[in-house]
Amino acid sequence: MHAGIIFFLVVLGSILFHIFTPWYWTDIASNWGSMDDTITLTFWVGGVVFITVCLFMIYCVFKFSYKEERRAEYKPEDNKLEKILTIATTLGVIALLAPGLIIWNQFVNVPKNAIEIDVMAWQWGWQYRLPGEDGKLGNTKVVNINDNNPFGIILDDPNGKDDVLIQSEEINLQNNRPVKILLRSVDVLHNWYVPQFRAKMDAVPGVVTFYWFEPNKVGEYEVLCAEYCGVGHYAMRGSVLVKDEQDYKNWLQEQETFSELVAKQKKIEFSETKLAKK
Amino acid sequence: MSENYNDNKIIQAQSSETVSAGGSGATPDIDYVRPAEVLEQDLYHGHSFITKWVFCQDAKVIGIQYFLLATFTGIIGLILSWLMRLQLGYPELAGFMTAEHYYQFVTMHGMIMVVYFLTALFLGGFGNYLIPLMTGARDMVFPYVNMVSFWMFFVAVMVLMASFFVPGGPTGAGWTLYPPQAILEGTPGSGMGIILMLVSLVLFVIGFTMGGLNYLITVLQSRTRGMTLMRLPLSVWGIFTATILAMLAFPALLVGGLMLVLDTILGTSFFMPTILKAGEVLEYGGGSPILFQHLFWFFGHPEVYIVALPAFGIVSDLISVHARKNIFGYRMMVWAIVAIGGLSFFVWAHHMYVSGMNPWFGFFFASTTLIIAVPTAMKVYNWILTLWRGNIRMNVVMLWCLGFILTFVNGGITGLFLGNVTVDVPLSDTYFVIAHFHMVMGIAPLMVIMGAVYHWFPLVSGRMLSEKLGKWHFWVTFLGAYSIYFPMHYLGFIGVPRRYFEMYDSPYVTSAVGMNEFISMAAFLVGAAQFILIYNIIKSLKTGKLAGKNPWKANSLEWFTPTVPPEHGNWGNKLPIVYRWPYDYSVPGAKEDFIPQTTPPSKVSDTEVEKT
Ligand code: HEM
Ligand SMILES: [Cu+2]
Ligand SMILES: [Cu+2]
Repeated sequence: MHAGIIFFLVVLGSILFHIFTPWYWTDIASNWGSMDDTITLTFWVGGVVFITVCLFMIYCVFKFSYKEERRAEYKPEDNKLEKILTIATTLGVIALLAPGLIIWNQFVNVPKNAIEIDVMAWQWGWQYRLPGEDGKLGNTKVVNINDNNPFGIILDDPNGKDDVLIQSEEINLQNNRPVKILLRSVDVLHNWYVPQFRAKMDAVPGVVTFYWFEPNKVGEYEVLCAEYCGVGHYAMRGSVLVKDEQDYKNWLQEQETFSELVAKQKKIEFSETKLAKK
Repeated sequence: MSENYNDNKIIQAQSSETVSAGGSGATPDIDYVRPAEVLEQDLYHGHSFITKWVFCQDAKVIGIQYFLLATFTGIIGLILSWLMRLQLGYPELAGFMTAEHYYQFVTMHGMIMVVYFLTALFLGGFGNYLIPLMTGARDMVFPYVNMVSFWMFFVAVMVLMASFFVPGGPTGAGWTLYPPQAILEGTPGSGMGIILMLVSLVLFVIGFTMGGLNYLITVLQSRTRGMTLMRLPLSVWGIFTATILAMLAFPALLVGGLMLVLDTILGTSFFMPTILKAGEVLEYGGGSPILFQHLFWFFGHPEVYIVALPAFGIVSDLISVHARKNIFGYRMMVWAIVAIGGLSFFVWAHHMYVSGMNPWFGFFFASTTLIIAVPTAMKVYNWILTLWRGNIRMNVVMLWCLGFILTFVNGGITGLFLGNVTVDVPLSDTYFVIAHFHMVMGIAPLMVIMGAVYHWFPLVSGRMLSEKLGKWHFWVTFLGAYSIYFPMHYLGFIGVPRRYFEMYDSPYVTSAVGMNEFISMAAFLVGAAQFILIYNIIKSLKTGKLAGKNPWKANSLEWFTPTVPPEHGNWGNKLPIVYRWPYDYSVPGAKEDFIPQTTPPSKVSDTEVEKT
C-alpha cells in the first residue's frame, strides 16, 4: 500500500517539478523556435504517456495486491486490445516524427542569402573568417597553416584574398541575417555550440561541416565546445556578439583582410602556389 | 564408457516416465512428448578444488564467477562516479582532481559500466546460470569453451585495471574513444592507456564470442523434450536475442578497435586525416574520423539492447511470477524482442545527428529510431497489463519491477526526444543525454538485476534474502537514483554540455550549482545503499531463512531440480519433460495458483488451460 503512495508521489513530484522548475531552457535568440516547439510537443505526448502508464500501474498496485483467497485473471492474450494499442502508439509516433522531419528539412536546407562563416577550431580555441566583398570564401588546406597564413588559405585562390580574418575567440554577427556556419578543425573533433541559438554541429578534421541559423536578438552569448576534444574541452569557450546592421558594419570595417595581412607581414606572396618564405 | 553411460540414461528416462504415467492409469495420449533426438551430454565433473571452483566447467559456477567479477568492476565504476560527482557538486573538496583525472574517470566509468559490468553481468552471469536450467539442459553445450570464456573475461578485466597503473594512466578519451583525439596528446592516457583499453576490449570480445556461441547453441540444440521455442521463458528469449545482437555487433567494435590500435602503434591512417598539432603537421593523412563513429555506433547502439533485452526478458518473468498471472501477450512479447533486436541494427546513426555526417541521413535514422519505439511501447503495455487483475505480491522483487517500469518509461520517453533529429540538435551532447541514458540503460536494467538477485538468490544459495533490508535497499536506491537523473534533464535544457570538468561562471548556468550539489548528495547515498545488499547477501548466506524448493511457487524449470541449489548436471539422472509454457498461473479449475512446466496435462485435466 505504502509503495503505491510513494510511487504516486514520485509521479506527482515529477509533474510539479516540471511546472515549477527554475531551471529551463535559456531564452532563445535565433530562428529555431520551432525546435523548442517540437520539444514542447514531445513533452505533451510523452508526458501523457508517462503519467497514464504510471497511474495505471499504481492503480493495479492498490487494487490487485495479494490476497490469499483471490485468484488472478487467466487471459493469455487479447488480440483486439493489442491491435488497438499498436495502432494508437504508431499514430502517436507519427505525430512526433512528422513535425520533426519537416523542421529537419529546414535545418538541412540553408537559405540562399546566408552569410558563410568559416569557424576554425583547434585544441583549444576558435578563430573565424568572413567572406570579403566578393561574398566568397577562399579554399583552404591544413598544411598551409602557419603564422603567416593562420587560416591556411590557398594562395592562388582569388576568392581568398579579400577574406576577413578574425583571429580572436570573439565574433560579431548581424542581427536578423541568416548565417551558414562552416566548421573545420585542424586536429580533433570540436563543436561550435551556443545554447541560445539551439543548433550545433561537430567540426571534423578533414572535412567541412555546416549548419545555419538566424540570430534574432542583439546581445552577447557564450560559445561552448560541445564535442569532447581532450583535457581543454571544458575551457574551450568563445563569444558571439549579435549587433544591429550598422554596428555590425562598423565592426566589420575594422577587421583585417587576408591581403592586408600578407602586405603587412611581407613574408609570403600570392603568385606562388606553395608558401614561399622570404 | 561414455556411450554406455548415455544410452543408459535415455533408457532410464523413458522407462521411469512410463512407470509414473502408468501409475495414474493407462498412458494418456495427451501427455505424449516427442522423444529426444540426441544423446545426452557427457559432462566433465571436477574433482579438485581447482577444477570445481576455479577452472570450472559448470555453467552455474561460471555464471557466479561472471557475476562476482562483473560486480567487482561495477563497484570500481561506482567509486569513479562518486569521484566525478564530488568534482561536479563540491569542486572545492576535490582539489586533488585535475581535468586529466576527471576525464579518465568519466571514460573508465562509462566503459566499465556498459561493457564490463552490465553486459558481462546479464549475458555472462544470468545467461550462464539461467539458460541451461530454464531450458532443461544439463549444461552449456561446450563447457570447456565456456570456462575459457570466463577466463578471457578475467584477463580482459586485469588488462583494463592495469591501465590505471601505466605511465600516463588510463585513457581519458570518453567511452566512445573517438579518434583522432583518443590517440593524440592532449587527451590523457593517449599512449599506453588507450592501447590497453583497446587490447582489453579485444580480449573481451574474443571471450564473449566463446560464451555467446554457447548460449546460442544451447538454446537451439539442448532444450529438453517438450521445450519448444514458444515455451521458453522470456528471460531466455531476451538473453538469446541479446546474444545474437552481440555476436553481430561486437565484430564492428573489434575491427574499429584493431584499426585504432594500428593507427596508434604503426601510424596507419584509418581514422586520421591530415592533422596540425602545435604548429606541426603530423604524419597522418586521408583517414576518416567519422568512419570510426559509424563502426563504434554500429556496435554501440545494439549494445544498448544487449543490456536492455535480457532485462526485458527477466523482468517479464519476475512480474508474471509475483503477480501470479501469465505474462500478457506472450507471443507479442517474443516478437517484440526479436523485432527490437532486428531494428536495432538500423538506428545506429541517431548518435551521430550532429557528427557532421551527411545531414540527409537524419531523415532515415529518425524514422527507424521512432519505429523501434512501437515494439518497445508494446512491451511496456504488456507489463502493466500483466499487473491488471493479477494477484500482486508486493514483495521486494515486485518493488524492483515496478521501479524498473517507472524508470524505463521515463527514459524511453526522453529517448523520443533524442531520436527525433530536430529535437536532438539542441539536446545532443548535453546533460539531457546523460540523464536519458542513465535512466534507460543504467538505472532501469540495474533495477532488474536487483530484482533478479532477490528472486534467484534462494535458488543459488538455498536461503532467502532479508525482505526488510531489501525494502530499505530498494527505496533508497530507487528514490535516490530518480532524484539524481530526473532533475538532470533540466541541466541539459539550460544547455550544460556533458564531459565538462567545470562550468566556470557561464552566465546562464550559475543557477545550477544548487542542483549539482543535490545530485551529488543523492549519488553518494545511492552508492552507499548498495552496501546494504552486500551486507544482506553475506548475512543471509549464513542465517537467512531456508528457502526449500520453489519458494516463489514459480513454474519455470529452474525451480524443479532434484536438489536446491542445483548440482552439476542439474537434473540428477532424469531430464525433465516439459508439457506447457511457463506462465500457467491462476488457471481456472486448478487446485494451486500455478502449474509447473513439468506437470502433464492428464494431471490437471479439469482445468481450462488456454495456451500450452
Ligand atoms: C548511481 C550511479 C551512477 C552515477 C552517480 C553516475 C554518474 C555519472 C557521471 C557524473 C558521468 C559523467 C558525466 C559527464 O561529465 O559527462 C557519467 C557518465 C557515464 N555513465 Fe554513469 N553514473 C552511474 C551509473 C551508471 C551506470 C549503471 C551506467 C551503465 C550504463 C553508466 C554509464 C555511463 C556512461 C556510458 C557515461 C558516459 C561516459 C562518457 O561520457 O564517456 N553510469 N556517469
Ligand atoms: Cu571540445
Ligand atoms: Cu542508439
